[in-house]
Amino acid sequence: MIKEYTSISRVAGPLLVVEGVKGIAYAELVHITTQTGEERLGQVLEAREDMAIVQVFEGTGGIDTKNTRVRFTGKTLKLGVSKEMLGRIFNGRGDPIDNGPKILPEKELDINGNPINPYARDVPEDFIQTGISTIDTMNTLVRGQKLPIFSGAGLPHNMLAAQIARQAQVKGKDSFSVVFAAMGITKEEALFFQNEFERTGSLENVVMFLNLADDPTIERIVTPRLALTTAEYLAYECGMHVLVILTDMTNYCEALREISAARNEVPGRRGYPGYMYTDLSTIYERAGKIKGRQGSITQVPILTMPDDDITHPIPDLTGYITEGQFVLSRDLHMKDIYPPVIVLPSLSRLMNKGIGEGKTREDHYDLSNQLYAGYAHGNEVRDLMAVVGEESLSEIDRTYLKFSDLFEEKFVKQGFEENRTIEESLTIGWELLKLLPAKELKRIKEKFIKKYHSPEGRPDEPTKKGLTIPPKEPKKSPEM
Amino acid sequence: MTTGKISKIAGPVVTASKMKGAKMYDVVSVGEEKLLGEIIELEQDRAIIQVYEETTGVRPGEPVESKGMPLSVELGPGLLNHIYDGIARPLKLITEQAGDFITRGVNVPTLDAKKKHDFKPAVRPGDTVIPGQILGRVQETSLIEHRVLVPPDIQGKVKSIENGDQTIEDTIAVIHTNKGDKKITMRQYWPVRKARPFQQKLAPDIPLITGQRVFDFMFPVAKGGVAAIPGPFGSGKTVSEHSLAKWCDADVVIFIGCGERGNEMSDVLQEFPELIDPKSGKPLMERTVLIANTSNMPVAAREASVYTGITMAEYYRDMGYDVSLMADSTSRWAEAMREISARLEEMPGEEGYPAYLSSRLAQFYERAGRVINLNSSKGSISVIGAVSPPGGDLSEPVTQSTLRISKVFWALDAPLAYSRHFPAINWLTSYTLYDKALAPYFNKEVASDFTKVKARTMTLLQKEAELKEIVQLVGPDVLPENEKLILETSKSIREDFLQQNAFHDVDAYCSLTKQYKMIKTILHFHDVALKALEKGTKVVDLANLPVKEKIGRMKYDQNFEDHTPSLWKQIEQEVEA
Repeated sequence: MIKEYTSISRVAGPLLVVEGVKGIAYAELVHITTQTGEERLGQVLEAREDMAIVQVFEGTGGIDTKNTRVRFTGKTLKLGVSKEMLGRIFNGRGDPIDNGPKILPEKELDINGNPINPYARDVPEDFIQTGISTIDTMNTLVRGQKLPIFSGAGLPHNMLAAQIARQAQVKGKDSFSVVFAAMGITKEEALFFQNEFERTGSLENVVMFLNLADDPTIERIVTPRLALTTAEYLAYECGMHVLVILTDMTNYCEALREISAARNEVPGRRGYPGYMYTDLSTIYERAGKIKGRQGSITQVPILTMPDDDITHPIPDLTGYITEGQFVLSRDLHMKDIYPPVIVLPSLSRLMNKGIGEGKTREDHYDLSNQLYAGYAHGNEVRDLMAVVGEESLSEIDRTYLKFSDLFEEKFVKQGFEENRTIEESLTIGWELLKLLPAKELKRIKEKFIKKYHSPEGRPDEPTKKGLTIPPKEPKKSPEM
Repeated sequence: MTTGKISKIAGPVVTASKMKGAKMYDVVSVGEEKLLGEIIELEQDRAIIQVYEETTGVRPGEPVESKGMPLSVELGPGLLNHIYDGIARPLKLITEQAGDFITRGVNVPTLDAKKKHDFKPAVRPGDTVIPGQILGRVQETSLIEHRVLVPPDIQGKVKSIENGDQTIEDTIAVIHTNKGDKKITMRQYWPVRKARPFQQKLAPDIPLITGQRVFDFMFPVAKGGVAAIPGPFGSGKTVSEHSLAKWCDADVVIFIGCGERGNEMSDVLQEFPELIDPKSGKPLMERTVLIANTSNMPVAAREASVYTGITMAEYYRDMGYDVSLMADSTSRWAEAMREISARLEEMPGEEGYPAYLSSRLAQFYERAGRVINLNSSKGSISVIGAVSPPGGDLSEPVTQSTLRISKVFWALDAPLAYSRHFPAINWLTSYTLYDKALAPYFNKEVASDFTKVKARTMTLLQKEAELKEIVQLVGPDVLPENEKLILETSKSIREDFLQQNAFHDVDAYCSLTKQYKMIKTILHFHDVALKALEKGTKVVDLANLPVKEKIGRMKYDQNFEDHTPSLWKQIEQEVEA
């Protein structure tokens, strides 16, 4: 049922109004041929009896109202998927750009997918060891979770994402396949990831979709959906465990705002459309596990908070959908602490499912809870000290201050190549707690204090700045 | 029945022409796939329809058929212990029919029409019955007895009544009314946007006991009351709502996951059947209805989900039960309204929300309350609505409209959550307006000085806030010892009393008596210490006493009530020494 028209009546921003059309379906795919014979892709945004509004993915430059031909395909946007996509690089519309052969699709899937029935969902509870203490111990990632990185311009979120992709593994099981979608990032950033995957020899386990900064904005709307459709195929049909990295969601939201503005829609907060929450949820909610199926989709989207503002609509709506967030801190970054994950506003909502006896270790929950409380108090004291000076602090407060400094120096800070096991991370945590008197450890069950906490042998002060001490022998305390 | 044609499709909003005769809010089937929709605007012969399912691929010209009745929910035995989507379709049946993903045009009934229920009549032929009167009983689950009531619009003489195994479609009674004989089945339909009738609303004077210290002791909600929990993301709204759904002492619990996360719903689905009711020893799921319309499920069905939930709640209230309804989150519902309003190109009010936002919220919350039912029994619906203000900014329209209606305000606080103080309810900004109404209950049922103890606790916490400001300026050293003690005691109140671990076996639920004894213990320490200060003891030394650690652990002590006297003795001994 292919129909072709030349009756464009209006072009505005990324939108075309085509008149005199008949039987156009909502959301169907449109091919546009410009005067010069250039092919563009579009989608129906509004279908009426004699008119259709079309959103053009590659921009409307060069489209005229006389000679441009619009062909309605009668099909919705589909992606041909195959296992062969692993190791390949595609552009933001899903065409290969690595000079490799065309993909022979095993299946054609609607890129919008369908919502997973909550009844069919399986609870994510397999602990993923990322080798990063602040994540594994404090904000544990589990298989099937969506946990974004809230970053800021100039912070090392790409390094962190690459490190997670490289090190992530479920204990005793295979590592992950990675689907990587870039929306509006620079060629340089894309190359960083490409080189990282190549360097670590994992490229054949990676599918890359690249919509770069100079590619059409509007294409960014489809890129994450292509990536997730691929991920769903690999996970639910091929039984793989897929880690999806989406970067940068801020660019995605801006593309959404651009289309909304071009459609003259009523803007919501800061000009973003009122349906942005729903739209984002159709991306983020595609993470998960399904009962009775092998694979899983874990999402780590990256977004840069404009002006580091966590209340900006993009991080705000994201945080309301995702199961927590890792927040990167400029302060920590300035102190030369990598990864600059600030644990206080960070959160993993599914952490409790993935930790404890049989998964990580029995004391994990209590320990991380205590570290949190201690670090939070230490930070309060740090603020107080700025006002009243160190001398007027009580002794216990000074201890907390020292605890906080050491927490950042020894626990948060680690190398880009450093892959700590969960036991190593927990041990550092207990070492730090030795600073505090036992009465302060209200959040830890007595039996764990007896087992893991020995007040003797307090940790050494770091001898020079920048020193990290990964305890190579985790069996320091006699009980373990 | 009116049949028209689609003339325009824009996302979930579809316009159909030739619809003259269709009524406002009628349910329609849209297109060849028979998607479910509802008429939300009529203009000449055009009807504007919000569609509860994804409209991709629908074309202008496809048929639209009005079903001639408003969006209704099927009510009857078998509702409990199941999970539904926003328009009351059981998700389990959808999985069986459509697979793991929700596709379109799935048509499944709410209730199982084949299942036989053991119906025990409560009236005899010849009896005169009034609306709402109990016709008979069915043991719906091991926890809840389902009372089959005379529909609100029927009264007359019972001509016949059945006994024994019946399906919801079987006639269980015939009632002779002045409009002729009416056949009654156990199944009823009720339009979701219309409140079910009752005789009279009562003033709330019984608390809804939740087992959560910060709620029960500090800011209690009454049975039939309305509470709002606003808070930024990550501050623990969902965990609080879950705790309430698990432990509150209502007979029936309706939990609505409105536009929230899929993984959270699957967690509820996995966890609730494993939870045991502390009173009856039966699984809590047996008293629970779950409604899950996750954020990526159709937005129009999300809009309907809160109405579906409250209609079910009213149905059980009519039987004489105390029902509590948790809506997580009402902001998502408001956003669904906004999204649909924008598609209708209505003139927006504040922040793009429709101008009718606050009246819709008020209408919904007014369906809560403690009432005398048509059959003179008493029932209640307590509504606890989570609000997700963007950026944690409480001045936004949804929070403000909600606060105007709700009597209890549980303010979740990001800084508290960051320091893992859970439940992260700010004790200074939260409030309850039921304090006075509930005071007699607490003073009678728990302890005669309950309200006094509470007032004292509040004063200490307020004083702490003042002192902390001074400390911020000049440091803690300049404070006199008795003020330092206030800081120490308040810290103890915050950490040892207000903080509660929802994931700890013992601490997850705390009885009223235990709450009272815990706070009394902390205050006892304060009193004893105050005397010791007069003799020249320093607060620093008191804070390091071994008994402080014991106070810190009283929340985890299963038999704390028995251990209270010995703990008090230890306090006295150590402080005096």
